[in-house]
Amino acid sequence: MRFSGLRVLKEGLTGNKGWTAHWRDPEPKAEYDIVIIGGGGHGLSTAYYLAKEHGLTNVAVLEKGYIGGGNVGRNTTIVRANYFLQGNSEFYSHSLKLWEGLEEDLNYNVMHSQRGIINLFHSDGQRDAAARRGNMMISQGDDAILLDRDALRGMLPYLNYDDLRFPIYGGLYHPRGGTARHDAVAWGYARGADQRGVDLIQNCEVTGIDIENGAVRGVQTTRGVIRARKVGIVVAGRSSQVAAMAGMRLPIESHVLQAFVTEGLKPCIDHVVTFGMGHFYISQSDKGGLVFGGDLDFYASYAARGNLPTVESVMEAGVALMPMIGKARVLRSWGGIMDMSPDGSPIIDRTPIDGLYLNCGWNYGGFKAVPGSGNVFAHLMATDRYHENATGFRLDRFRTGRGIIDEEGKGSQHNLH
Amino acid sequence: MRITCPYCGERDRREFYYRGAAVDLDRPAPDAGPDAWDDFVYLRDNPAGETRDLWYHEGGCGAWIVVTRNTLTHEISATEPASGGKR
Repeated sequence: MRFSGLRVLKEGLTGNKGWTAHWRDPEPKAEYDIVIIGGGGHGLSTAYYLAKEHGLTNVAVLEKGYIGGGNVGRNTTIVRANYFLQGNSEFYSHSLKLWEGLEEDLNYNVMHSQRGIINLFHSDGQRDAAARRGNMMISQGDDAILLDRDALRGMLPYLNYDDLRFPIYGGLYHPRGGTARHDAVAWGYARGADQRGVDLIQNCEVTGIDIENGAVRGVQTTRGVIRARKVGIVVAGRSSQVAAMAGMRLPIESHVLQAFVTEGLKPCIDHVVTFGMGHFYISQSDKGGLVFGGDLDFYASYAARGNLPTVESVMEAGVALMPMIGKARVLRSWGGIMDMSPDGSPIIDRTPIDGLYLNCGWNYGGFKAVPGSGNVFAHLMATDRYHENATGFRLDRFRTGRGIIDEEGKGSQHNLH
Repeated sequence: MRITCPYCGERDRREFYYRGAAVDLDRPAPDAGPDAWDDFVYLRDNPAGETRDLWYHEGGCGAWIVVTRNTLTHEISATEPASGGKR
């Protein structure tokens, strides 16, 4: 089934009876060439690019719940390529380019909206840092515009520019940044992978990883044994548990990051705005809800919900920055489980076990990476070589100290990012 | 979340700074080798369930506290001074 304007018109005139399921619901086969553990955004895009770019279609994606039910449905949907450090910047640039062609590629409306992202700054020193970051983004081939206070006021008249603690000096504007509809991204990749022959197996929890003589042989699941030549672990949020099935301990600590959405309002916030000093960021969904969030709760957690002190500090920062949102009523809040790595950057690598590959450690930035992560991970699993835009995400960089990607300059240690 | 400081009693979570897994109490010898140090500094069990964390009563008495806590429910089952928390 292909989507098109003509098809929508035809279905509309004939009672919408021609739409079919977006993907099959197959029984797992006894053996695959490649098994992907985890049917989230990253796992689905990995399977999609394995099939599309490497011709590998004897592939299964094993999902313990349902497609779109994990972190890919629990984020704040921001898409950007405004990283500073080599290692990160070329990867997120690669991912953003994939986003820009994604809807045509998948024949699926993922509602990718390049409405622009603005990072605010509040001092001369921060302005210098923003200019430096912007120059790095431009030298990577992406876009950045340094806005002074007057230019910013023209775009975002509703901000409180004269806050005593954090007066707004301007912002770094990344016009190609924006948002996308998170569920649709999962569904679009699922449909695309399924159409190319990948089996998406839902309600199939992996309970063990079979390893013989240092090489992976397959997985144990709640729906039986599935053999495979190669297995990819793509389960950010549960990485430590699944890696433990292969006898591995990871440099990961899981934390909760909360997010909030208000009742639907008329359009009032046209961009993604980040207020780093207040640990606050916000955008408005196409449905009208203000989608916003803050920093981690800062304790290890798998609860997928947080505590009130963080709620309070996020609300305080938001109302201090844009007093008008004080009138909006919050409808829902939720928490996602973040794979926090010591340097704040992800891991996409082989493991010491032959045929077992690892994709994890996305911290609080996994959503924008969905196309890029799957693309480079598929490349690694298919060719056993690192993709040219993902050579830095090595698993051993913590142990050796070589190649730490510490974007925030905080140090490489748990609980700093 | 409220945490019971062994010295001050039950207090708001905001009085405490979270340091991380209580593995920090088992510092290896300087010459223990790279594997032991990798284990200590970076690798974590990161359990989904009961865990032992190190918290600092920053806004209170300044004690380091080992908190036994469930990461799935946030329930705290025990707290003890870190000086007695080695095992």
